Amino acid sequence: MAVKLTLANYRTNVHNDWCPGCGDFGILSAIQMALADMQLDPSNIAIFSGIGCSGKTPHYINTYGIHTLHGRVLPYALGAKLANPSLIVLAVGGDGDGLGIGAGHFVNAGRRNVDITYIVHDNGVYGLTKGQASPTLKRGLRPKSLPRPNINEAINPIAIAIAAGYTFVARAYAYDNKHLKEIIRKAISHKGSAFIDVLQPCPTYNDITTKEWYAGEDRIDPETRKPIPRVYKLEDTGYDGEVQSPDPAEAEKKIAVALAKSFEWGDRIPIGVFYRNPYVPSYEERIASRIPNYLTIPPARQPIHDAEKHPTADIEQIMEEFLVTEA
Amino acid sequence: MAQSKVSWMIGGAQGTGVDSAANIFSRAAASSGLNVFGKREYYSNIKGEHSYFSVTLSNSVIRSHMDEVHLLATFDSETIIRHAWEVESGGGIIFDPKQTSEKITSIPTLEKNVVSGILERLKGEGLGNSVMDVLEVAKKNGVKLYPLPYVDLLKQVGEKIGETQLSILSRMTNVMAVAASFALFKLPEEHLFKAIEQVFKAKAKVAKMNIEAAKIAAEYAVRNFSNNGISFHIEPRPAKEQRLLINGTSAVALGKIVAGCRFQTYYPITPASDESVYLEDHEVFESREVEVLAENPHQAESMELNGKGSIVVVQTEDEIAAITMATGAALAGARAATATSGPGFSLMTEGLGWAGMNEVPVVITLYQRGGPSTGLPTRHEQGDMLFVLHAGHGEFPRIVIASGDIEEAFYDAIAAFNYAERYQTPVIHLLDKALANSTMTVRKFVYNDLVIDRGKLYFEWPSANGPYKRFEFTDDGISPRTVLGAAGGIFWNTGDEHDEFGHISEEPVNRCRMMEKRMRKLETADAEIPDREKVIIHGDVDAPYIIVSWGSTKGAILDAIEYHAQHGLRFAFAQVKLLSPFPTKLLQELLPRYERIICVEQNYSGQFAQLLAMRTCIKPHNLILKYNGRPFSFSEARDTLKRAIEKNEARIVTNAGA
Repeated sequence: MAVKLTLANYRTNVHNDWCPGCGDFGILSAIQMALADMQLDPSNIAIFSGIGCSGKTPHYINTYGIHTLHGRVLPYALGAKLANPSLIVLAVGGDGDGLGIGAGHFVNAGRRNVDITYIVHDNGVYGLTKGQASPTLKRGLRPKSLPRPNINEAINPIAIAIAAGYTFVARAYAYDNKHLKEIIRKAISHKGSAFIDVLQPCPTYNDITTKEWYAGEDRIDPETRKPIPRVYKLEDTGYDGEVQSPDPAEAEKKIAVALAKSFEWGDRIPIGVFYRNPYVPSYEERIASRIPNYLTIPPARQPIHDAEKHPTADIEQIMEEFLVTEA
Repeated sequence: MAQSKVSWMIGGAQGTGVDSAANIFSRAAASSGLNVFGKREYYSNIKGEHSYFSVTLSNSVIRSHMDEVHLLATFDSETIIRHAWEVESGGGIIFDPKQTSEKITSIPTLEKNVVSGILERLKGEGLGNSVMDVLEVAKKNGVKLYPLPYVDLLKQVGEKIGETQLSILSRMTNVMAVAASFALFKLPEEHLFKAIEQVFKAKAKVAKMNIEAAKIAAEYAVRNFSNNGISFHIEPRPAKEQRLLINGTSAVALGKIVAGCRFQTYYPITPASDESVYLEDHEVFESREVEVLAENPHQAESMELNGKGSIVVVQTEDEIAAITMATGAALAGARAATATSGPGFSLMTEGLGWAGMNEVPVVITLYQRGGPSTGLPTRHEQGDMLFVLHAGHGEFPRIVIASGDIEEAFYDAIAAFNYAERYQTPVIHLLDKALANSTMTVRKFVYNDLVIDRGKLYFEWPSANGPYKRFEFTDDGISPRTVLGAAGGIFWNTGDEHDEFGHISEEPVNRCRMMEKRMRKLETADAEIPDREKVIIHGDVDAPYIIVSWGSTKGAILDAIEYHAQHGLRFAFAQVKLLSPFPTKLLQELLPRYERIICVEQNYSGQFAQLLAMRTCIKPHNLILKYNGRPFSFSEARDTLKRAIEKNEARIVTNAGA
């Protein structure tokens, strides 16, 4: 590419109407930074979103931006990617979107391992509808707009993603957007379905897991007189979730460790890559093993008519099965 | 005396080879030069419940089944008990003499009300409650009885081929029933052997065994039944053109391949899945070498095509994913579709609305079945029309086409994609269980001269054209459309109301213009789509009466009006194919010319009649309806049309079919 692309190439001039201090800003800028770092051609990128505040993300990014239905972001994204596997496809959505109404799609996408990156904005509430409990809100918590404490248990997105078959599973924190950017870069580079659970405060409706709470401002180290942050990076502890060989036994071991790690919460909250397995064939590779020229002429790139607009498909051979043979 | 058409029925428990028997019989008859129409009935069950196939043969055109049975082939008691009553005087029943002592009450798969009805009937005749008593009634009515000793004959086959295991031999029972039927109809047996070879193409040994079984059964039938044969025969004539013997789901699948559909999604559902499974089975197919033009944006791809095209078929987790995934593929520029039935379509409505809002060309092939809810999963109905026309909240344009028969279904599948891309909106191709599962001889599909119309599609957007606006306001309502990945063509989509770029806008002036732009596409479509694709006028246009109908009732109506024409009762028939945009003007001009307007459809409430009244202010004089889950037969179309004319009843409900 002759011209170096800057962050400005990935921005639109659409007015951003998120609340001041929203974690969405951190996620948006991390996506833009990752794309710019990777120098990806904006017209070869499609960003899909679900419904809610996070659903507006694509409108602020100068790539193909498809703001879909509540919970349905993944099947739209998968359809586009499978029709044209040379596209870079990202999906973003809220926790309610992906883990509540869209949970069935979330789980089943894991089984396929299509080469996309799925980022979940995880703030524990349904912001745009005024702060109801989302599937990741812990039981018994009562953010300010809940009339009663949350009656449901929270689900564990990391554990579900691993169990469902995602081959890249990570968590990040919206206010550490440099770290988030790096995770997004790794996720895009990963050949297969990458899932990133991004913890983010909702400054308007979630007054419990706030920026201050994540930063540990409620617990001051008596020696340093500084807050003890709850969020820490897995890589700083020597944790390694990367599967190093195609031996299924190794994947099983890494999965067990990652699952155990995914339940750590409260005083210490790990972020980083929990699990990555580069040895599972992507859905595109699985198709290509049946349709040899799939990757070079995928569905969206097949010429279906000639210069006179007549169809190119030739069904003479397959019609033979039905042909009435006269004696 | 030879008839112009004869009917044959075979029945048995599901999983005992009824379908393959019907397939062999139909193929054999077709290859002798006859035209074939086969209707398949089965329960929502894997093994054990009763299924049957009714095959009508004709030496001229045949488009529907008939209720009268001329020869009933059975190898179990239940088929006799259920269907012996349908056999015409002069017809016959092939049955296993070993089973005739079985009690009617001992068959668990017979519904209680069916059993009590039959017992009452037998009692009225002063008879007992065994299978033989049922056969006695048939005999009294002039039906001939043909006991075929299956087990003895199978043993003979075993001796010939060196097979002693009865469980293996008994798999050929169905073929013996077919062979005896062929002999009774006096149809040339070489076609039967050829059909067996064709059906068991992949298993030469099985084919050979079955041919032996067929020969032995046919010999037995000739030897024992020919001095007391049936009175129904038909003279095969060499066919004038190449024909296919095909069902509806395969015809649509072939249409999709020709149309350039390269991405199909589905969630398993009866009776739609057959289409997707067929497509997956044929995911790689031949493709013509095309002359590559320098300006072709797919020049490189064309070079690489190497004579092979392909379609990706994805089985999704539900129908919501099916329509949204197909929509995603359509956004990327593939011709994409999904196939479903009523319950699946219910789930698809939100995705339909989004595609309408974002002007995405996605095709939904909908095979209606008995509703509501899971309804009659394996049975027929035309109950989804009004739902399809109005599915989804808010207002958005959609194009809805209904195929009348299997041949039309192939060509309509192609038209569906052309409409979708030309008008950039979802298209619903409306079919039903009767079309899906019926088998019919049709003219071989001819497609090389058909046109693929992709509309205002751009694989790149030249900067000289100015900034790209996906929803640019235009006179015809249709904006230039780029695909994901097109250089210079970046756009945004949202289910929210949006501006020309696709960004959210709640501003009222833009809202009105955008709503008008989208809806205007229907007016454009209405103006552009030729009349012949909207309404087909059949029959005698100068007749005093006109039938208005849509979808799969076509076959029975055509066969019935042909019959009536020979008996002095003349009908015109307007088959409405385009349901949205509705051909209001055309029908307003056509229908008032007739003394009587008769609407025929397969639902309870007369959905098409309601639509007609809503769109044209024309109320049909007579409604002929059916909603018992079984398709219209020639016989009941014939009888109810006569009744409508003679008695002028406003609403006639008919319910033939077991």
